[in-house]
Amino acid sequence: MNDRAARTVTLAHGGGGRAMKDLVDEVFVAAFKNEFLSPLEDQARLPLNGERLAFTTDSYVVDPLFFPGGDIGKLAVCGTVNDLAVGGALPLYLSCAVIIEEGVPVELLQRVAASMARSAQAAGVQIVTGDTKVVPRGACDKLFVTTTGIGMMRPGLELGAHRAGPGDVVLVNGVLGDHGAAILCARGDMALDTPIESDCAPLNGLIGALLDAAPGIRFMRDPTRGGAATVLNEVAAASGLAIELDEARLPMREEVKAFCEILGLDPLYLANEGRVLVIAPAQEADAALGAMRAHPLGAGAAAIGRVTDGEPGRVVLRTLVGGRRLVDMLVGEQLPRIC
Amino acid sequence: MKHVDEFRDPAQARALVSRIESLVDRPLRIMEVCGGHTHSIFRYGIENLLPKNLELVHGPGCPVCVLPMGRVDDCLAVAAQPGVIFTTFGDAMRVPGSRKNLLQARAEGADVRMVYSPMDALALARDNPGREVVFFALGFETTMPSTALTVLQAEADGIANFSVLCNHITIVPTIKAILDSPDQQLDGFFGPGHVSMVIGTAPYEFIARHYRKPLVVAGFEPLDVLQSLWMVLAQLREGRCEIENQYARIVGQGGNAAALRAVGQVYELREFFEWRGLGSIDHSGVRLRSRYAHFDAERKFALPNVRIADPKACQCGEVLKGVIKPRQCKLFGTACTPQTPVGALMVSSEGACAAYYQYGRAA
Repeated sequence: MNDRAARTVTLAHGGGGRAMKDLVDEVFVAAFKNEFLSPLEDQARLPLNGERLAFTTDSYVVDPLFFPGGDIGKLAVCGTVNDLAVGGALPLYLSCAVIIEEGVPVELLQRVAASMARSAQAAGVQIVTGDTKVVPRGACDKLFVTTTGIGMMRPGLELGAHRAGPGDVVLVNGVLGDHGAAILCARGDMALDTPIESDCAPLNGLIGALLDAAPGIRFMRDPTRGGAATVLNEVAAASGLAIELDEARLPMREEVKAFCEILGLDPLYLANEGRVLVIAPAQEADAALGAMRAHPLGAGAAAIGRVTDGEPGRVVLRTLVGGRRLVDMLVGEQLPRIC
Repeated sequence: MKHVDEFRDPAQARALVSRIESLVDRPLRIMEVCGGHTHSIFRYGIENLLPKNLELVHGPGCPVCVLPMGRVDDCLAVAAQPGVIFTTFGDAMRVPGSRKNLLQARAEGADVRMVYSPMDALALARDNPGREVVFFALGFETTMPSTALTVLQAEADGIANFSVLCNHITIVPTIKAILDSPDQQLDGFFGPGHVSMVIGTAPYEFIARHYRKPLVVAGFEPLDVLQSLWMVLAQLREGRCEIENQYARIVGQGGNAAALRAVGQVYELREFFEWRGLGSIDHSGVRLRSRYAHFDAERKFALPNVRIADPKACQCGEVLKGVIKPRQCKLFGTACTPQTPVGALMVSSEGACAAYYQYGRAA
């Protein structure tokens, strides 16, 4: 039935869930296969003259370009900085490549560039090279931005999802789902007037403080597309362990909860752009929480669950009323329910 | 969250569970008719709080799931017409037709857009006078009134480039069909909360009177579900068969008169309607009255209207009637997954199989 469909890319392949992972494996990993790509982390870690570089790239196609709490420029800088930082790297230099649709006002580009400059300054990185292409009207949607980042790995630090062990604690630096909800609201195709702002922020400062306080941290990842559920499923799969989340401890803004209730969305799958999920050994969990809470971007930090030796690869949620359910990877796009 | 947290209180949940336990002294099967209940039961992990010999049977109340493939093919045919903007609720995008779904049609170039209300589709028609905007209307009595009111609004505003592909269905004949089926072994029902908000509780009276089964109209929060279960079990223990209303904060006995008026004005019953997994059920669907024919996409477009049989290996019908559990279906989790659904119940998160696949495997 789906033979023909399988040969066409749909938006479900861009959702950050299983459909996307399958596509990446089938097409790109198969074509490029090498030792640095294979771990499929958010950044490649490359040996260079006794040091290690972290190297990452990301494209930004967000619609709308400007949204409460950020814009495509801020997102492009923070996203790439965060992809370096969660690997344990000190972000240093970024590139900026833009694809511009014919007819876009120069003033709009200036606003985006100014926002990128501000974000780079806040993150302590420099944008040192770039590229500009203009395409005919309709060939792209206003503006696409690609940033590539280079950083230096912290000496001796080896983070990886496979390092998680039973008893480790799952931490997050604040409320979940703000960015995804903010974007859906800002698209304005639903008549909700909710003041939800994106959490978009550079996390390298917070992560530096975190690693100083809790050097035994096993793994970190920023839960962007696909949300916290997707990242934790990847940890469970890579470690061969289970993760148990406690619904009562999941930090979420009331507005985001209400928004998700109305639309039948699950906030665990909503994107975040200023959050980091941390797997910490139990004995360092308090230190890690304390370090995050002491940072302006971690005031709402919380311990949300535990790694267990339950059924391998499973993420389970202990619900508010004491039941248990599976938190699976998202199949494609998260679609609002009818009723 | 305000207005919701009080219906998710763990201590009250524990108290209800122990009252439920005290009432289950033999194997019992309670069907929740509505997909919203199925979703809540799985989302809150309610099944694994319950005694083992109390079984929840997940009924046919997921409108996305029960849509037959032939109707989806009709949608795809309309969406493929030049000039058409085809609008739909989000989770209808993934329902498989015989060859593809609406997401794939969009990837291949059809102008398929997700809306949150039929009024959004009407606004699109107003803004695009050169295009024909078709709204893919589906759902039970819950969504019927909003489609009806949109048609009446389109009529009042004289908007000619708007039409509705009507797949609205009605729950009562379907409950009756399940009760008439020889292999059903149900002891009681949860009545659908939001459908009942529109139609009231009177239409269920025959279930108690004629079929001697208790039914409790239930809300969707975890404590609603547990309390409704307790109410059904109390009836069984006391030998009563009544229609009770747990969801009285939303559902009135007479339903919503204004909504029912709009529904009566715009729709008429079809002689029969085809359901995935259950086959053809008499008087279980509605279409636009001929007075509103100019808003009826079935009359505006030449539709293929081909009946496509459910795949042979698919056991959705038996799952729907509670004869087997999703896991007992030969296709579950292998040929049939949410990514490549074969059967109706794997399509939406309200479908029993999708819910089992998505949430239930940890239990």
